Amino acid sequence: MIEQHLAALPIILPLIAAPIALILGRSMLTWAFATLVSALSCIASWQLLMTTLSDGALSYALGGWPPPWGIELNVDVTNAFVLLAVSAMSTLVLIYSKDSIEKEINASNHSLYYTAHLLCLTGLSGMLITGDAFNLFVFLEISSLATYTLVSLASDRRCLTATFRYLVMGTIGATFILIGVGMLYMKTGTLNMADLSTKMAAFESNRTLNTGLAFIMVGVSLKLALFPLHMWLPAAYTHAPSSVTAFLASTATKVAVYVMIRFIFSVFGASHVFETMSMEIILMVLAIVAIFKCSYMATVQSNVKTLLAYSSVAQIGYMVLGISLVSVPGLMSGLIHIFNHALMKGALFMAVGAVFYRMGSVNIEAFKGLGKKMPLTMAAFTIAGLSIIGVPLTAGFVSKWYLVTAALEQDLWIVAALVLLGSLLAVVYIGRVLEAAYFQEPPESQGAKNIKEVPWLMLMPMWILVLANIYFGINTGLTVEAATSASQWLFQGYNPAGVAL
Amino acid sequence: MELLIDLVLLAMLALTALRIIFLKDLFAVVMLFSIYSFLSALIFINLDAVDVAFTEAAVGAGISTVLMLGTIAITGRTETPPTKSKLLPLLIVVVTGAALIYGTLDMPPFGHADNPVHEHVAPRYIEESPKEIGLPNMVTSVLASYRGFDTLGETVVVFSAMIGVLSLLRLRKRDADKNPESGIKAHRVLQVIAKIVIPMIILFALYVQFHGDFGPGGGFQAGVIAAAAFILYALVFGLSNVFKVVGPKFLRILAVFGVLLYAGVGVYSMAMGGNFLDYNYLAENPLSGQHYGIILIELGVGITVFAVMLSIFYAFDSQIERANIQ
Amino acid sequence: MSFIADYYNYWIVVFLMMTGFYIVISASNLVKKVVGLNIFQTSVFMLYISMGKVKGGTAPILTEGAAQYSNPLPHVLILTAIVVGVATTAVALSLIVRIKEEYGTVEENEFEKKDDAI
Repeated sequence: MIEQHLAALPIILPLIAAPIALILGRSMLTWAFATLVSALSCIASWQLLMTTLSDGALSYALGGWPPPWGIELNVDVTNAFVLLAVSAMSTLVLIYSKDSIEKEINASNHSLYYTAHLLCLTGLSGMLITGDAFNLFVFLEISSLATYTLVSLASDRRCLTATFRYLVMGTIGATFILIGVGMLYMKTGTLNMADLSTKMAAFESNRTLNTGLAFIMVGVSLKLALFPLHMWLPAAYTHAPSSVTAFLASTATKVAVYVMIRFIFSVFGASHVFETMSMEIILMVLAIVAIFKCSYMATVQSNVKTLLAYSSVAQIGYMVLGISLVSVPGLMSGLIHIFNHALMKGALFMAVGAVFYRMGSVNIEAFKGLGKKMPLTMAAFTIAGLSIIGVPLTAGFVSKWYLVTAALEQDLWIVAALVLLGSLLAVVYIGRVLEAAYFQEPPESQGAKNIKEVPWLMLMPMWILVLANIYFGINTGLTVEAATSASQWLFQGYNPAGVAL
Repeated sequence: MELLIDLVLLAMLALTALRIIFLKDLFAVVMLFSIYSFLSALIFINLDAVDVAFTEAAVGAGISTVLMLGTIAITGRTETPPTKSKLLPLLIVVVTGAALIYGTLDMPPFGHADNPVHEHVAPRYIEESPKEIGLPNMVTSVLASYRGFDTLGETVVVFSAMIGVLSLLRLRKRDADKNPESGIKAHRVLQVIAKIVIPMIILFALYVQFHGDFGPGGGFQAGVIAAAAFILYALVFGLSNVFKVVGPKFLRILAVFGVLLYAGVGVYSMAMGGNFLDYNYLAENPLSGQHYGIILIELGVGITVFAVMLSIFYAFDSQIERANIQ
Repeated sequence: MSFIADYYNYWIVVFLMMTGFYIVISASNLVKKVVGLNIFQTSVFMLYISMGKVKGGTAPILTEGAAQYSNPLPHVLILTAIVVGVATTAVALSLIVRIKEEYGTVEENEFEKKDDAI
């Protein structure tokens, strides 16, 4: 029975749990329940990844109606891989939340927080595995609405304006996607992604379909905060509660990157997007500008959360750069980075949240001298920071290594050099925080304050992520196998040399 | 004739939209928006989308307008003259619009029966759904059965909106109790008329709920209409009185129940051996299974929408009353 | 002439969409932005409903003697989209109410002055 419905579980479990979480009442109980459900969907995602790796893609017809008449769920190695990252991060963040939100969210809103978190997980899982272009829009809106709620739960009033900006940009993005999907439907008469791709193959180059592609790409780019459409992200990440930032930074934009990959490779076809429309040039330029502009912006921030938020936009640049190389290794490096970046940013934002828990501030001033007072938190920050930089033996090194080799394989020396240069900027911004933590004395006024480590429920998920950073930096078996198999699958039938047009 | 109506309506829409750009009085802006919504509902009828027209009229001209009016009651009704340049927005809009016009050039001509949208997926809905589902209203068949998962998602979206509004606008029962004199009690005529109209509105909501299989309507519209009855009651008799009938806590539980009822039908069909939301497995005979399934999930939608819309109204109204007390 | 008859509907809808879009990105009052967002979305709905129309068809409710029905699928999609739209509007408006409470204004240019820049 569970075998048969495995593909639907990552959506159904949190969907049913979210309303229940609202009426459980007691904060502690709701926390335990939400964590349990999230862990269950994580196990289901792991099972899905194993099944797809051994037996190939799965399809699940909702309502028993065969596609394209009904809505279909499609699970393949690619989305199972991202799904695993999302549900694992959700579980770890929920464990972390229990103590973290005590300090940041009004006690009467705790059950709303857990409900919104589960709704967000529902939406993200749905976006990943649905096989229907319109259904994607519905799940996108579930996750967006839940995200707006989560961001606005913070007690700082600036979270409100940040959320409003995010809401307006997000809704414009979603409406653009809706327009694009409408144009595809108009020409093909179907909404099923696989069916869309077969139907569209019949058109050589069609103005309506190309406009549809452009609108979907712009809409998705707004959601994934691709430069220059990233303006909502730094404010939202800075003012959201720490646990929310940790969750969003490691999942929401990654899911949007996957949606972009899915539309490019499984709906429009790589040959159309890259050969006919030459989108890879636009993507590559935007990605490189994102890496430099936003890494630079990160080096001049005094708020560490804002610093990491800008770093996130830069890291999204690396993922998009991987896609824009239009090769199996390039796409593979992008996919690996989706997974690895979730590990690093999750750990970094959790560490920053821990500093907020004790210091009540995330300004770089607050980090002074913390190396001695909160050794475990700062050690976690250091290792995850090294991973962002791309130091060997960390997960970040693996992503950068594959990205640079993929660029070199195509003789793109400049791109490879730029990637390495971008890492130097990461050294600067991570270095500033580490310098404050380890080499500066705390200001006189705080010297007397007794600062202790944070509760173990906050340290545990943080360190699980840190150890994962090291583990996936040394043992690349799972990530590389899944990402390679995924990108080979996505590039099936794509033959860059002999595209007949 | 259809063409003429269409053109007149579209022209009126364009005028309304253009007027909104230049108006500074927000009350007029909201009213024009309501008119815009009504006009689009008329266009939807002209284009044969009766269910959509029904919903647009209830939501755009109804709920959205009420919420917007509530908001400007708190935030003030005039817009300050803008300071930033309009050049960049204009440029963005012209470029986007040009891209869209370029996109229309290869679109299938408007209204032709042999367009791709009418050929591939839709014919099964039109030809088979009366046999496969057994309902005359094809929109209900597609909404509730073929694409039932979308509708479940839609219900969850509505539920998420409630979570968002409740977390932003704290809704407490005692806020309403502080001000028992709210409502417009001085107007005898309104009170008498409201007392007559409210039962009829509720009756109509029930009709829309259960007649959606045969005519336009369904859970969503019914939920909105039923909420409107209570909103009217709250406006005339005051928030503290309506809380005695349905309190905010009870509404939360109702909203949860609606979502769980919908999802529960899906889980039950899984337990009976089908896929999620496969109503064929709900009864011995697939056709009656579809019937049970659709009635139950429409009920779930109706309950959730009713509870959420009313909760959202409560949250806004108690905010206004709090602002009035201060 | 037939070219115009075939496409006028889409063009006017595009014009309406862009009017809404312009209000969203140019208005400085947040309530007006939300109104713009609604106009933008409602116009997109019209695009969908337009593509479902069949000339000479009737509403997709089984009736005797009807030869041709309009396409029910776009109607279903837009029913869902309308609901999604009102959900977003409700959340946006409650954000505005809170912003007014905290900042005392709902004009974008004014609260940006009051806030320290991010």
